[in-house]
Amino acid sequence: MTTHLAIAPILLPLAAGATLLLVKKRSTSGALAIAASAVLVLLAAALAVVTDRGGGEGVTLVYRVGDWPAAVAIVLVADRLAAAMVLLASVLGLVNTLYGFSRWSRLGPYYLALSQFLLMGLNGAFLTGDLFNLFVFFEILLAASYGLLLHGSGAKRVGAGLHYIVINLAASLLFLIGVSLIFGVAGSLNMAALAGLIPTLPPQTRSLAHAGAAILGVAFLIKAAAWPMGFWLPRTYEAAAPPAAAMFAIMTKVGVYAVMRLGLLFFGPHAAASAGFGDAWLFVTGVATVVVGVVGMLAANDLGRITGYSVVVSAGVLLSAIVFRDAAVLAGALLYLVISTLGAAALYLLDGLIGPDDVIPDEPPLLEAYDPEGAGAFTEEDETAVVIPAPIGVLSAGFLICTLLIAGIPPLPGFLAKVAMLAPLLHAPAGPTPGAAAILATVVIASSFFALFALARAGVQIWWAESRRVPPTIRLGEAAPLAALLMTCLLLTFVVEAPLGFLQRAADQALEPARYAVPVLGGAAP
Amino acid sequence: MEIVLAVAIGVLSGCGVWLLLRPRTFQVVIGLTLISYAVNLFIFSTGGLRIGAEPVLSGATGTLALFADPLPQALVLTAIVIGFATTALLLVVIMAARGLSGSDHVDGTQGES
Repeated sequence: MTTHLAIAPILLPLAAGATLLLVKKRSTSGALAIAASAVLVLLAAALAVVTDRGGGEGVTLVYRVGDWPAAVAIVLVADRLAAAMVLLASVLGLVNTLYGFSRWSRLGPYYLALSQFLLMGLNGAFLTGDLFNLFVFFEILLAASYGLLLHGSGAKRVGAGLHYIVINLAASLLFLIGVSLIFGVAGSLNMAALAGLIPTLPPQTRSLAHAGAAILGVAFLIKAAAWPMGFWLPRTYEAAAPPAAAMFAIMTKVGVYAVMRLGLLFFGPHAAASAGFGDAWLFVTGVATVVVGVVGMLAANDLGRITGYSVVVSAGVLLSAIVFRDAAVLAGALLYLVISTLGAAALYLLDGLIGPDDVIPDEPPLLEAYDPEGAGAFTEEDETAVVIPAPIGVLSAGFLICTLLIAGIPPLPGFLAKVAMLAPLLHAPAGPTPGAAAILATVVIASSFFALFALARAGVQIWWAESRRVPPTIRLGEAAPLAALLMTCLLLTFVVEAPLGFLQRAADQALEPARYAVPVLGGAAP
Repeated sequence: MEIVLAVAIGVLSGCGVWLLLRPRTFQVVIGLTLISYAVNLFIFSTGGLRIGAEPVLSGATGTLALFADPLPQALVLTAIVIGFATTALLLVVIMAARGLSGSDHVDGTQGES
């Protein structure tokens, strides 16, 4: 029974999304989407609990599709790391659905269904144990993200969407080249099998496998918006509808997750001549990404764009932290991944509340072209929106919390995550380049300072400089999910031991490829 | 035969990359299509090139070495389908961008050159 838990986070959004395409009534589809997202969060939590059973060892759930042996067919693998990522994606999905339902989903057809398909792709990418299946789930999440980005249409979104789609199509082609090179050399696409095959490669084909892995890595780094391939991100995310942008905050983390998972499996210390392949490059790329992201944060004068660059900064920090291959550093980095994703998502949602009220036109342009019968559009009027008093006070408090989360200022968990990541670095595990630990610590601390500076400046502009601005009306349906998200982050300050402990065990597990590979290949006897 | 395939892949991807870097949306689409042809041929070639090999196991005799590897063929089929769908979506977006901006330049404006 618990085995099926590994495929449930993929099937549930698929079923919910497909049903949502057929539902015409707005209230029904909203209730359905919210219920499906809430159940998905519970499922993801159950997955995390199940994978954490069995003491320090943990349980690695392996789902063999069609019950074929792992070596010849598709497997889904849920260990602690995958479960943590699925839980994070599900929480963001629930917040996005709740926030987008009341207003933003009316901007065009099928918003809620596309969100479900995006969740399906995300969860699949986290859970899959097969390289080509990873490609397929990447395409699913990208196809859904194209739709979400274009939601609401308009010249800005279509222009940004055009660039986004072309860049991702090119990246997908690199992905395919990398996958087929690795397949041609090693003869398998199963990630667990590859972890065992790569150390045994003969020297003449090893360099070809390295070339394949490097091309694959470039494809992931494009998705993770690493420098110099990340210039598409801030403009694209800024153009998207705010709840969609909040959902996109986790999409760069899929690239980081793929680099982390494959790097730890393929090029760990066990990998003989391939051990540590690409670590130095990854470290340099990560540090350069942080620097570029910080400069972008300082240069931007718009909250949406500042948030976009903060997503770039967090991707850079993560990329340069995972190459240390140290359990304590990795655990801190994973906590930082969770907090920075939630913080960026909250900031995008807040930007949606602050933004001008007239962004939703009465007649969305181009809608007839896509949907001539108006099948997907909701014609009923919005229910009476409950308006919250003292909007400026509420919003600026939310902004303060987001700033503290992203910049990593005590006492919020953003600070705790950075401490958890930097404290083990001071004990100087051997990094990929000389002085790597000191460089990373310096860059992370400096980036916190500049992030605080950039966000404080944006805050001054938004709350104090424009004295003539009309106080925005905020609706309960939008403020409540955002408040819940921020409250969750605040609560994490007090109970941070539990998630940090879980992520610590996840890092321990992820650093030992045998604990991933043995359960997957164990029952493989045909 | 390997030389012919390698040259074909090289020419296709060379033309594709050049077109991908051009400023018109139509050129970009054609460039992406050419690169995806090159990638599909490349995936196909990773199974090894053989003439007249059985596609699937027929009869019980012989070893796997006598048969064409079916996995790259399955992979290339998936890649073709996904590439086709995403290219179709890109075409719709290009049409919308052309309608909204009045230009087929990738940035929506003519620019300097």
